[in-house]
Amino acid sequence: MTINRPGKTKDEAPQQAARSNRLEAGTFPYMLILPSIAVILLVVGFPLLYSLYVSFTPYELLRPNSLNFTLGKALRNYEKLLNDAIFWRSLGNTIIFLAISVNLSYLLSLALSQLLARVTAGQSILRTLLMVPMMFAPILVGMQFRWFFNASVGLVNNFLYSLGLIQAQGQIAWLVDVPLGMFSIIVASVWMNIPVLTIILLAGTLSLPAETFEAAEVDGASGWQKFRFITFPLLAPFSYIALTIMSLDIARAFDIVRIMTDGGPAHRTEMLWTYITRLSIENTKFGLGSAMSWVTVSLSVLFTLYFFRQLVKARIVR
Amino acid sequence: MITRSVGPNRRRNDRIWNAVAWVVMLALALPAFWIIMTAFRPNSEVNTFPPVWIPQRLTLEAYANMFGLNPEVQQRVAVEAYLRNSLLASGISTIVAVSLGTLAGYAFARFRFRFHTGLFLGIMLSRAVPGVALSLPLFLLFNRAGLVNNVLGLALVYVAVNIPFTAWLMDGFFRQIPQELTESAYIDGCGYWSAFWRIELPLSLPGLATAAIFAFLAAWNEFQIVSVLARNNAAKTFPPGLFAFTEQFTVDWRGMAAMSVIMMVPAVIFVILVQRNLVSGLTFGAVKG
Repeated sequence: MTINRPGKTKDEAPQQAARSNRLEAGTFPYMLILPSIAVILLVVGFPLLYSLYVSFTPYELLRPNSLNFTLGKALRNYEKLLNDAIFWRSLGNTIIFLAISVNLSYLLSLALSQLLARVTAGQSILRTLLMVPMMFAPILVGMQFRWFFNASVGLVNNFLYSLGLIQAQGQIAWLVDVPLGMFSIIVASVWMNIPVLTIILLAGTLSLPAETFEAAEVDGASGWQKFRFITFPLLAPFSYIALTIMSLDIARAFDIVRIMTDGGPAHRTEMLWTYITRLSIENTKFGLGSAMSWVTVSLSVLFTLYFFRQLVKARIVR
Repeated sequence: MITRSVGPNRRRNDRIWNAVAWVVMLALALPAFWIIMTAFRPNSEVNTFPPVWIPQRLTLEAYANMFGLNPEVQQRVAVEAYLRNSLLASGISTIVAVSLGTLAGYAFARFRFRFHTGLFLGIMLSRAVPGVALSLPLFLLFNRAGLVNNVLGLALVYVAVNIPFTAWLMDGFFRQIPQELTESAYIDGCGYWSAFWRIELPLSLPGLATAAIFAFLAAWNEFQIVSVLARNNAAKTFPPGLFAFTEQFTVDWRGMAAMSVIMMVPAVIFVILVQRNLVSGLTFGAVKG
């Protein structure tokens, strides 16, 4: 059917075709994807379903008979969680942590990318320095900051002492006090997040068309105006790629928390991840731990889905 | 008039911005330098108060202790076992995950088929499942299958963990290769498979290298799953090995720093290698949808 529909000129038709120019190939693409899907179903899909089943049972590892499903009591673990003050506290802590950490990481990376974009000397050395935190596994990041924030031998207190800001060894208990514990963990996670975010935003900034900025300069736009009305909106797709990648990796923060405070002392920095470990691995309550896992999985998936949708939208606009 | 006043101003501004950038970036990298330096200092300088900021003397003591060359140190970490397990689990899983993920990425980049978006999203979302949540059922299932404390079992998990990101990266890299190449190969009589194998795969080798490095490092650094699935030195990798340091009553900070430096070696090599490909690989989708 090659009849011209209203509002569609001959010139538009090839463009439309070019947009989705992927090839048809019968079953070949399915064969390419099948092995990947099979492995993911085996190692992620099936275990998750199994964990959903376990979450409906009162299973404890040391009592093998407890892995049985009773219809009337299926939701007992979820009810237990609803009435568990520590669960709510860990959920609250996780939300506070993620909200501050993600926003702070993004804002600092945005500022850093703008700073690096206008550097005129030593670009490549600066970019190598930027990648230094990427060389650290999350567990190393946690270890390093646990040491730096250690009250008696830590770098931070030593530094404050050398500056004369504190008088005695171990005066500030960074990892123990509220809200300093949370603060220390956030510092560590932001340090870990900055490189990848900044690299993506810097690449985005450098790819923006120079003519737009020249035109704005001719019109007398200030530096802030150029950023606010040109750079920032045009960076949207890059921002969403950065945030999507970060949301996929967000649970890496678990390693940091586990090492720095392990949720303590007295659940002050307890997060969903550390509480799951405490319930299931340490107290062997796999049923309850699985129920909490499912809460966490649902939140993670929703979080990622949100950024993914924004990413797709931002791509189409361009 | 205007041009004369803008010139020097701009140069002065540039100098200020450069200085700010250097200070910020050095501050960002400082913790890493501190860790590396600590690994080569005598213990007496590391654990003193008031602090000694400038190293007076450098030593390989920490490594001698770690590899059992110091007869005074009785208990030591099983660094050889960690190294072997880390290399095996990361190496095997990288080869398999990159092979499978590349095929999937190619399918998403090149072909039109039903459930295209749904399958892509499904694969990506599997990556969003936190390792903690996955580790519990995996432990129960692996326990029955006899795969707990098994490096191959661990490698199998890392294959699944690494496929999504590989597929995402390779999807981007394959889309950079012009479609016309494939089409002309079909016209010349190439089948789907030989067009992929002989034309597109060789062109995507830089992307393949980037994806392999990401997969290797993800497995090398993984902690949540291995800490549950590996209960002894038969399968423990570096991250749980490092974690063991913190479970002692007095933490050996220098030993920890020394082991961190060993653990960082592949990351340092790889970051230097992929510096360029990294940016284009991560941001490709933003430029062309």
